[in-house]
Amino acid sequence: MSVIYLLISISIVVAICFFAAFVRAVKSGQYEDDYTPSVRMLFDDELKKTSENSNTNQNQ
Amino acid sequence: MDTTHCFHCGSDIPKADEVIFSDKHFCCHGCKTVFEIFSSSGLESYYDLAQSPGATPLTNTGKYDFLDNEKIVQRLLQFNEGNTQIVQLNIPHIHCSSCIWILENLRKLRPEISASQVNFHRKTVRITFDAQQLSLKELVNLLCAIGYEPYISLEDYDAKEISESKTLTYKLGVAFFCFGNIMLLSFPEYFEMKEYWLDQYRGFFRMLIFGLSLPSFIYSASGYYVAAYKSLKHKMLNIEIPIALGIVIMFVRSVVDITFDYGPGFFDSLTGLIFFMLLGKMFQIKTYSFLSFERDYKSYFPIAVTRLNQGKEENVPIYEIIPGDRLLIRNQELIPADGILISKTASIDYSFVTGESVPVVKQSGDKIYAGGRLNGSVIEMNVLQSVSQSYLTQLWSNEIFEKKSERKFQSITDQISHYFTPVLLALAFAGFGYWIFRSTDTAFNVFTAVLIVACPCALALTAPFTLGNMLRIYGKAKFYIKNAPVIEQLSKVDTIVFDKTGTITSGKLSSITYQGKKLDVHQQQWVKNIVRASNHPLSRLLYDYLPEGVTETITGFEEIPGGGIQGEISGNTIRIGSANFVGAQAENNAKQTVIYISINHEVLGKYIFHNQYREGLSELFSDLHRKYEIRVLSGDNQGERTVLEKLLPDGVTLVFNQKPEQKLQYIKSLQEQGKCVMMVGDGLNDAGALAQSDVGISISENVNVFSPACDAILDATEFGQLNQFLRLSKNAMLTIKLSFGLSLLYNVVGLSFALTGNLLPLVAAIIMPLSTVTIVSFVTLMSNFYGRKLGQKVKLPKHDKYHGLPASGKVILDV
Repeated sequence: MSVIYLLISISIVVAICFFAAFVRAVKSGQYEDDYTPSVRMLFDDELKKTSENSNTNQNQ
Repeated sequence: MDTTHCFHCGSDIPKADEVIFSDKHFCCHGCKTVFEIFSSSGLESYYDLAQSPGATPLTNTGKYDFLDNEKIVQRLLQFNEGNTQIVQLNIPHIHCSSCIWILENLRKLRPEISASQVNFHRKTVRITFDAQQLSLKELVNLLCAIGYEPYISLEDYDAKEISESKTLTYKLGVAFFCFGNIMLLSFPEYFEMKEYWLDQYRGFFRMLIFGLSLPSFIYSASGYYVAAYKSLKHKMLNIEIPIALGIVIMFVRSVVDITFDYGPGFFDSLTGLIFFMLLGKMFQIKTYSFLSFERDYKSYFPIAVTRLNQGKEENVPIYEIIPGDRLLIRNQELIPADGILISKTASIDYSFVTGESVPVVKQSGDKIYAGGRLNGSVIEMNVLQSVSQSYLTQLWSNEIFEKKSERKFQSITDQISHYFTPVLLALAFAGFGYWIFRSTDTAFNVFTAVLIVACPCALALTAPFTLGNMLRIYGKAKFYIKNAPVIEQLSKVDTIVFDKTGTITSGKLSSITYQGKKLDVHQQQWVKNIVRASNHPLSRLLYDYLPEGVTETITGFEEIPGGGIQGEISGNTIRIGSANFVGAQAENNAKQTVIYISINHEVLGKYIFHNQYREGLSELFSDLHRKYEIRVLSGDNQGERTVLEKLLPDGVTLVFNQKPEQKLQYIKSLQEQGKCVMMVGDGLNDAGALAQSDVGISISENVNVFSPACDAILDATEFGQLNQFLRLSKNAMLTIKLSFGLSLLYNVVGLSFALTGNLLPLVAAIIMPLSTVTIVSFVTLMSNFYGRKLGQKVKLPKHDKYHGLPASGKVILDV
């Protein structure tokens, strides 16, 4: 029956891990700018690619 | 392809200036140059992300020479070690995804820049660069060259890192962590199953729950203890007192319960309560990080100016200017201190100060005041007063700017709790007194149960959720409010004071009338052809006003700064400009904006430019007049009195010739009569009145341009909705009162359990979240219902691939 001690402890430890992740996220400033990253991720990384894209756009 | 709008900045292309480059149409060489810079670095996709995203670059060499000053640079830099320097710059033009893209790709333009990161909401960019290769001045000039002029002000000079309090986020995180885990661990207790192994592990579960509640009880709720202690010290009965009392009693009772095995305790309700209340606090905070409500004149003024020292130019910090200094002011620079104009003429734009958009022309020897912006070529001036002693800046030595945040008023929640707390305590003691003669145990149970169940969670949540939601509704309607208490103040207003210029007039001159000898069709065409060649704002207005006609060739065109323009068309000399320039007799009517016309040295007449009153002004005032006392303050003379009296309903008091200091005193005297005053103003000259009033609203043509310190910023296009905004604030208060009734109902139900000694932890655990959920949904529904009228009017134009920010076209860069 002592398995319950083990399971509960594990669940608490997991919860604490998530909590620590949350604290880290706040500390690193993720919650200060919740907009720019959402736009940034849509940009293409390589400039060459984007200029090709713009060419195809113009061709259309 | 669109050929009437500039490919780069989107503004109309004046045919005379049109530049065509690689099949694209530009409004000026500046815009074309930016395009060239981008295309030569392979950054054309700047133009794919949003349409015409750019701004015309300011060619302003020398403006940032003060960045050569090592002391200033050191204070602007965020990080400086070895060769790596990091600077955070505020760029007001940031408005679309193209802006983010180009600013984050700066390293493609200059390899010395290793990284740059944009914060869109704050409109800042953080740039890391190699100090050995690139100086801050070069960096800033690069930004200017591509149309992203940073805004560097005295505020940055005294910069302290704006450390936004993350504490609330941490507290909320801790509270949620504790609450969630405790809820899970409490489940076995809820079902009261007499199962063997649940019974056996009960102690273990309870100890865990107790342990988990500690961080929430000690850390997350700490704000309430402090607030309660403070209000006790000030002998005020705040809502925090019953909350803190409830939390502490709940904790103590729960500890007693589990220690003596009376029951599972109220840890679940306790942590839930703390979590929900912190959530309410969080919700109430709606910040517009791109706006600032705290600006004073320091944010308008440059950091350094050019001083002439024995013929040599040197950059000095603005505070080192002393009377007697000779200053050099360049085009578009601010005049930092009062002084005497040395150069021949200067055209100075005081729109910052007064809201008046037409530049004032000053002659050599005239006194010029701080706060004006120079239009045109370089001038020299002699300083008469130091910066802080100048006419305008003196206003800030008034005590009202010192204790602004200290002003206190009783919020509606405080008013309720003023009665709530004594009644609650009386009930608790009455219950205790009743039961003590029957059973001591029950008596203590009842006493604590009353305080626990009556802990005014729902009551405390009502105002934050209603006001928080209202802030968002207002924000969508372009009425940006500093914080929640302002809405409460708004509902109490009984007197509204308006500034005239720039507030009820739009700051744009638009209606034009002609006085004098009638011009025939040919003469009108000549005038139109002449003004076409000029970039002066008045020329532009006159050009738009005159009827369309044939284009004729002008010979000998000349623009005399501070005077006017002249040219010849088929042998006729046409002069347009000030009275002196055309040779007319100057009239003593300084407040009227007039340009004279002379053809072949004969003065024919003058065009008079009138201020345009804002759309819907009459309707707004007659609506407001029914419920509020309205005053109009103006710094101008009585010139417009008759027009205003015709336009506004009877009984509106008009006061003219008011200096900034007098405006402040005027508000103060109204307040001394016991009135709750709302001030609506715009320029820096209203700053004192805005600070003194109970609610100061600043009208802004472009919210990205900085407005004086105030409680709320209203987008000028929504001016006509002011009455709806005020009504909405009243409805918000009504919503709060209604839900106070609702939450008291829950308290009565809860108290009936508590007073009869039947409050089981399970009942508390049900009542608490239930009341919270109903209150929150009730106030959200109600405030959305009231706010729906405003919401309908708001249509966000989509111009951008990724989001719906309105195309701002040209954004005026400030300082």
